[in-house]
Amino acid sequence: MSKHETFYEVIRQRGVSRREFLGFCAVMATMLGIGPKGVATVAHAMETKPRIPVLWLHGLECTCCSESFLRSGHPMASEIITSMISLDYDDTIMAAAGDQAEEIVHDIIRDYRGEYILAVEGNIPLANDGMACIVGGRPFHHQFDEAAEHAKAIIAWGTCASSGCVQAARPNPTQATPVHKLVSHVPVINVPGCPPIAEVMTGVLSYILTYDRLPELDHQLRPKMFYSQRVHDKCYRRAHFDAGQFVEAWDDDGARQGWCLYKMGCRGPTTYNACSSMGWNEGVSFPIKSGHGCIGCSEEGFWDRGPFYERLPDMHQWGIESNADKVAVVGASVLGGAVAVQAGATLVKRILTGKRLKGSADDAADETETPGNKK
Amino acid sequence: MPEKGMLPPVMVYGPGVRIWHWLNALAVVVLGVTGYFIGMPPPSVIGDTSTLYVMGWIRFYHLAFGYVFALLAIMRLWLVFVEGGVTLQLYVPAIWRRDWLDGFIRQIKWNLLMAKPLRYVGLNPLGSVTMLTMFVIPGAVMILTGFAMYAEVAGHDSWQYFLFGWLTMLFGNTLDLHLFHRLAMWVMMWFVMVHVYIAVREDILSRQTVISTMLSGERQFRD
Repeated sequence: MSKHETFYEVIRQRGVSRREFLGFCAVMATMLGIGPKGVATVAHAMETKPRIPVLWLHGLECTCCSESFLRSGHPMASEIITSMISLDYDDTIMAAAGDQAEEIVHDIIRDYRGEYILAVEGNIPLANDGMACIVGGRPFHHQFDEAAEHAKAIIAWGTCASSGCVQAARPNPTQATPVHKLVSHVPVINVPGCPPIAEVMTGVLSYILTYDRLPELDHQLRPKMFYSQRVHDKCYRRAHFDAGQFVEAWDDDGARQGWCLYKMGCRGPTTYNACSSMGWNEGVSFPIKSGHGCIGCSEEGFWDRGPFYERLPDMHQWGIESNADKVAVVGASVLGGAVAVQAGATLVKRILTGKRLKGSADDAADETETPGNKK
Repeated sequence: MPEKGMLPPVMVYGPGVRIWHWLNALAVVVLGVTGYFIGMPPPSVIGDTSTLYVMGWIRFYHLAFGYVFALLAIMRLWLVFVEGGVTLQLYVPAIWRRDWLDGFIRQIKWNLLMAKPLRYVGLNPLGSVTMLTMFVIPGAVMILTGFAMYAEVAGHDSWQYFLFGWLTMLFGNTLDLHLFHRLAMWVMMWFVMVHVYIAVREDILSRQTVISTMLSGERQFRD
């Protein structure tokens, strides 16, 4: 594989016309939100810049990110993006196996030192010397460390790599650790979601290739272009939320009418993702459109914020089924009980002392020392 | 205050604190009711979304009074410097004073009907601790988490996000912001419950005026 081969050369060899190529550039420019002039920038980058070698490693994961990526909706995306970035190693989709495959990793790290992009799907278990995830006969931790050390940048695909996901849910027995906590000198881009939207994944890669720099990231290292708005902000059912029309049960009339799923535990208001604007499977649908609330899969620790069908997350500190409101009712009952007891006791005491006082009405001068005595 | 004898009335609360107290009470009530319904919306309304705006109005009043509450909190801090006197007691119980602990224990005993209450110009020791832990601290949590959630609505380029966005970082999942906000709401509701009860109780049973003091500013003592 030549170092200087550009993306444009590769797709021309594959019989893609220039017209189709420019169409792809236009779609990319629109998706990245870089305006009409962006088309030329994208096209220029594709024509002149050498393809970026990408190492795609799999840690503790379920491969849903790969599945999503390969289904990238744009007609040419799945094929083009894979050739555009020169995906040199991805053990799930490549033909090579065994020593031959592992050799590719070494070759890339050696030949493209500081130039390749490391894409990590899944996270890194640290407990028991990383025995929970063995790749090529070694703990994944070792392979990851070697590849991460000389990478230009690391893309953490999915919620696993970004924040831990189900593997890191309490009590996290394998000590599954997200990528950004193990890397200090190499920039990390988090692309959370379980899986992330295919076009978001290809969009991030296109941006890096086009501008030869990383996209603008927020505090949680997520690309701002896809993760700066909540699912709730652009939800097509938002009008029902504002109107106060909610689904109360899965089979009620509100569910048939397509009302807001807020009361059914929809996590849209706390979830940053592009689902409601981009949709899934070429924009066909997304969970809320299918009648199911968002479960907040792109948020940190979402497995520990269950149940998915309740508005308030569980508070296991106070018992397996408690939440904020139930804790509050207990607290109010305790305080209310205390108030009732005190008020009752005061009343009883007043009645008793009142009787006693009546008996010695002449001692009015000494009243001050009698507890509970009032004027 | 001396243990015995008749005492002349004393001016305790300046006009600022009194106005603050009642405006704040209004804000807490409005915020409590609307906040409860934001977490647990009322039953759905039948009709067309083009004319209905039930949840929208609930949220509007909540956000508007949220600003009022935050501004009142700033006003209250400012009053510490302007009106002085006992205004600092809301934030700082005088635990360094030798008689503070005695008064604290005495006040607990009084509430267990075991002793006679002392008289105070400002807050009693138990009262000031309660106000700090059940009103001031939850109030601060409310304002911080409230604006952090408002930053989510206003967007990541808003001043709210600039000032309060670090809270979303602290929690990671912003669902936790909602949770802490709701827990603080309940603590505040407990406070309202206890506060109203104790105010009435003290007004009737203790040796000093309480409710009328917050209206007129003047505390009268009984023997």
